This record gives sequence, structure tokens and C-alpha cells, in this order.
Amino acid sequence: MAINSDSESVVRPAEKGGVDYAGKKIGMWLFLFTELLFFGGMFLLYSVYRAQYPAEFHAGAQEENLLLGSINTTVLLTSSFTIALAIAAIRRGDRALSMYMQSLTILFGICFLIIKYFEWAAKISMGIYPDSQLLLNMGKGDILFFSLYFVMTGIHGIHVLIGAVAISIMLVYTWRGSINRNSFVRLENTGLYWHFVDIVWIYLFPLFYLVT
Amino acid sequence: MNEERSYIPETAYASYALAWALLLALLILTIAVAKLSLLAAYSVIGSLFIATIKAGLVLMYFMHLGHEGRVVKGMLLLAVAALFFIIALTFSDVWYR
Repeated sequence: MAINSDSESVVRPAEKGGVDYAGKKIGMWLFLFTELLFFGGMFLLYSVYRAQYPAEFHAGAQEENLLLGSINTTVLLTSSFTIALAIAAIRRGDRALSMYMQSLTILFGICFLIIKYFEWAAKISMGIYPDSQLLLNMGKGDILFFSLYFVMTGIHGIHVLIGAVAISIMLVYTWRGSINRNSFVRLENTGLYWHFVDIVWIYLFPLFYLVT
Repeated sequence: MNEERSYIPETAYASYALAWALLLALLILTIAVAKLSLLAAYSVIGSLFIATIKAGLVLMYFMHLGHEGRVVKGMLLLAVAALFFIIALTFSDVWYR
């Protein structure tokens, strides 16, 4: 069992300067599972209403900008690659490369949010936003599709923003040297969070942009 | 003093690059399948299947799930199973009303 393979790191008390590596990783995974069920509730709503209003969800997905959605998926997948490289680099003691890759990841995150802004702005300028008169005059299925679109991509966007802020803090730690080749679990856990947010988008993308 | 003992082995940069290339290839595949209506009636299942392969690649290559212990793997199984049953039970209610 891998978590017991290094019993010293598990039992060494933190006040003696030891770091409970396995405990910190398990804590992060546990948090991610609560996040999974949090997003799961919204995926449940989506799938049930999609089954009830297939025609409206089909029409709604046609309204989405597939090009922007595809670019954003590429951006997020690439950002997962760069944060993985940042962790691999710090483990090799390459602080400069790690900081460069962390900065790139933050830039990709901001890029994702800017593209999302343009998508939302296009919808809002068309009069489609929660509680808008145009939307309220549509059928129930259309209201549900666009409401779920705004709620799910909105909450996902907040997660991207939180992830970018967290990586910025890790960047400062790396610059100061408190994240280094011997101490990198904080960067690893931030990476786990970032990858999780990427996985959520991997499911959001086909559900809102592709499925017709 | 502050040394951490990671049980996750160092990974070659090329291994991450491979995962990234596979993810982009699957992205192109999922768009092609949807736009060309290759699966027609099975488009939902098909898209979600490809998405699940992509999620698996992220979990195995980027998140190193394979190197985690039984506790983490067990918790993941529990969370996914809980989600599956919540969705399945809700559907069994909604469909047979």
C-alpha cells in the first residue's frame, strides 16, 4: 500500500519539521471528491432536463460558438500540460523552468476566462441571460438549457479563477524558494486542483457545445 | 528539515507531452464525430465515452492516480459510484412517472 510505503513520512510529527506528505495528498483528493459531487448535482440536473427537453437542448447547443469552445478546451488541456511540467521541473531542481511553466499556466487560465467573457457577452447582447425578458418568453426547455449553461460555466469559471490565484501564490513561494526540489507538495496539490477543473471542462464541453 | 518523501516517481517530460498530444487528438476526434454525425443516435453516449477516456488520461498521466494508495483509489470509486447511483435513481424516478 503506497501510503504506508514510507511510514516515516506518515508518522513524523509536523512540529519536528517533518511534512506529512501522504496526509496532505489525501486531504487534497478528499476535497476534490466533495467538488466532484458538487458539480455532480449540476450534471444530474442537466441530464434529467436534457432527457425531458431533447429538442430544446439540441437547439440550444446549436447557439453555442463551437470555435470558441474548442479553442478554450485546447487552452485548458494545454494548461494542464504546463502545470504538470512545472511540478516535474521543480522536482529536478529547475526553478526557472518551473516558474516559467507556472506563469504560462496562469496566462492560459486568464486566456480561458477572457474567451469565456466574449462568449457570455455575445449571449447577453443578444438578450439571453438569466431572467431576461427574451429568455422568459421562450419555452421551459430553452430557459433550462441557458440557465444551466450560465450556472455551470459560471461556477466552472470561478474555479478557473481560484486555480489561477492559487498558482500565482505558488509562483511566489517558488520564487522565494519555500517550494523547492525537496518541498513541493503544495505545488502538487495545486496541480491536482487544476487538473480537476480541467476534467470538469472535459465533460462540460461536449454537453454544451457538441451534443446535438 | 523540511524534506518531503514523495511516493510519486519523477516523470519524464516526454510522458506528459504524449498525454497532451493524445488529449488534443481526442478533442479533434470528438468534434469530428459530433459534426459529421458519425454516431447519430448515439452522439450523447459517444461524446461522454470520449470525454471519459480524456478524463482517464488526465487522472493517470497528470494526476498520477496509479501511484496513489488504496485509500485515494477507494475514495474515488466511492465518489464516482455515489454520483452514478444518484443519477441512475433519479432517472428511474423521472422516466417511470
